[in-house]
Amino acid sequence: MSLLFEHMAALQVAVPLLSAPVCSLLRGGRQPWFLALAVSWFAFFASISLLIQVLDSGDISYHMGNWAPPFGIEYRVDAINAFVLLIISGISAVALPYARLSVAHEVDPRRHGQFYTAYLLCLTGLLGGTITGDAFNIFVFLEISSLSAYVLVAAGARQDRRALTAAYNYLVLGTVGATFFVIGIGLLYMVTGTLNITDLAERLPPLVDNRAVQAGFAFIIVGMGLKLAMFPMHTWLPNAYTYAPSTVTVFLASTATKVSVYVVLRFLFTVFGPSYGFVGLTFEYIFLPLAILAMFIGSAAAIYQTNLKRLFAYSSVAQLGYMVLGIALGNVAGLTATVLHLFNHALMKGALFMALGCVALRIGAVSINGVRGLGREMPWTFAAIAGAGLSLIGVPSTVGFISKWYLILGALENGWWPVAVLIVASSLLAVIYVWKIIEAAYFGAAPEGRGPVSEAPLEMLAPLWLMVVANFYFGIDADLTTSVAGKVAATFLGGGS
Amino acid sequence: MLDAILAHYNYWLIIILMMIGLYIVISRGNLVKKIVGLNIFQTSVFLLYITLAKVTGGTAPILTGKPEIFSNPLPHVLILTAIVVGIATTALGFALVVRIRESYGSIEEDDILAAERAEEEIAVKEALS
Repeated sequence: MSLLFEHMAALQVAVPLLSAPVCSLLRGGRQPWFLALAVSWFAFFASISLLIQVLDSGDISYHMGNWAPPFGIEYRVDAINAFVLLIISGISAVALPYARLSVAHEVDPRRHGQFYTAYLLCLTGLLGGTITGDAFNIFVFLEISSLSAYVLVAAGARQDRRALTAAYNYLVLGTVGATFFVIGIGLLYMVTGTLNITDLAERLPPLVDNRAVQAGFAFIIVGMGLKLAMFPMHTWLPNAYTYAPSTVTVFLASTATKVSVYVVLRFLFTVFGPSYGFVGLTFEYIFLPLAILAMFIGSAAAIYQTNLKRLFAYSSVAQLGYMVLGIALGNVAGLTATVLHLFNHALMKGALFMALGCVALRIGAVSINGVRGLGREMPWTFAAIAGAGLSLIGVPSTVGFISKWYLILGALENGWWPVAVLIVASSLLAVIYVWKIIEAAYFGAAPEGRGPVSEAPLEMLAPLWLMVVANFYFGIDADLTTSVAGKVAATFLGGGS
Repeated sequence: MLDAILAHYNYWLIIILMMIGLYIVISRGNLVKKIVGLNIFQTSVFLLYITLAKVTGGTAPILTGKPEIFSNPLPHVLILTAIVVGIATTALGFALVVRIRESYGSIEEDDILAAERAEEEIAVKEALS
């Protein structure tokens, strides 16, 4: 048993990776789904045990194949990536019980083996990119997750052929982003001769004025900005989320962009540091304006959408703006908000997209007019949308409130009170688009020709409500999440650079 | 100035190649050509890594027992991985183009956008009626 825990860091990635080819050999029936479920639950267990180990006894450094870093590849787990691992595997563990019926409905039954293979590879890539302490390894794992994400998005083509063009655009922009990231890593390697993140952090300080280092920093930030859909590089996101199968949207919306945010945090604070002149400048002159534009343009675009999945996809662009804003604030409260929002946004969007998947299972398309009057026929599903919607707005006693509270604290600490006002104002935009759905579902008359609609099956409602309850639970008892996030923010700003 | 350019001619060529690739991705409306552009863009990055691995007078890093100067093998290995990623991306991109051709009957971005816009309008009309 102790051997298992000793190698937990490697198993976290190796188990999903090795089970993916096994999954592709399984055909038909429930087997592929069951394998993916078992692997997800194991990954969840592994990430919990890693987080406990990190909180109890400090950072874990696992040497792959026993090759000592910086020559070998090191898996380095500290509070932030243990927390991100928990988010990814936790969402996957909840999304998979939900997935079976939804995927059976939306994806060709002959393709289930391949579908869950792509899903497991995507999970592997996200977990691996988070856990690794090697810069080039991050690129490789992120490409594993991105390539499988393109496949997963394209799997929505059975419902709507636009999934194909959405996946194609995602592929082109995702590859450009990843290639920018590799150029950045190459420039850093050129100057420092190392790829290990800890080693890079040690060798960079005397090289701050080197032009190659500065260019490398810019390439890394732009590349990851594309992957995390930082405004105005978000154009791939709305269509990819809209036309992907429901389960894929749940999983990608809650995890994929979060890992990119994590990588940006890692490079900003561990590899570089806010004390470097050129890094500090990006906070105020690039991240701050782009974050505020994302908050408003994302929310404003969401208000005008008729397709509900696209509505919440635009809302994701706005929510990613909040995460970037937390980084731009550059103080402990702001960074706490960013790290908290990684978790909190995963909970909200996970719940909302799950609820839309329930609607899609019953009526097919999820347009604003299609859901008119459904609040009476699918009471549990729409109560969940209302609950998670409140969290998205940031009503007290929900997780959304906790994130925004820390963001506003951070803005006030810097004396940027207009930013605090803008945070509140953009939340009001969220009220409009959430209300639009509530109004249609509860007060609208059912469109003509729609027969009686039954409530979604319990198998899908249970995971959905687990997410909704988590939205409120972690909004009331935020000790666990805020203590981890606060600890991360303090290490980044204190020990970093 | 000219000396500085000539001394780093490999980097200049790589940057030119990089920009050609990126320009094709942005400017071409043909989905296959976009993937070709993406390939050129990626290849320029492979060359960037290879060129920075070169040590003047260095040979292939094979231990023969004699004292020799070796080129740095690590970037070569990294790029081997990146090439694999590039192949997977290209294959997947072309697979998507084939599927797009099957369902839209075209691989020109303008035609596809027009078809999608028409679909969108029908959907909005249905939603409003």
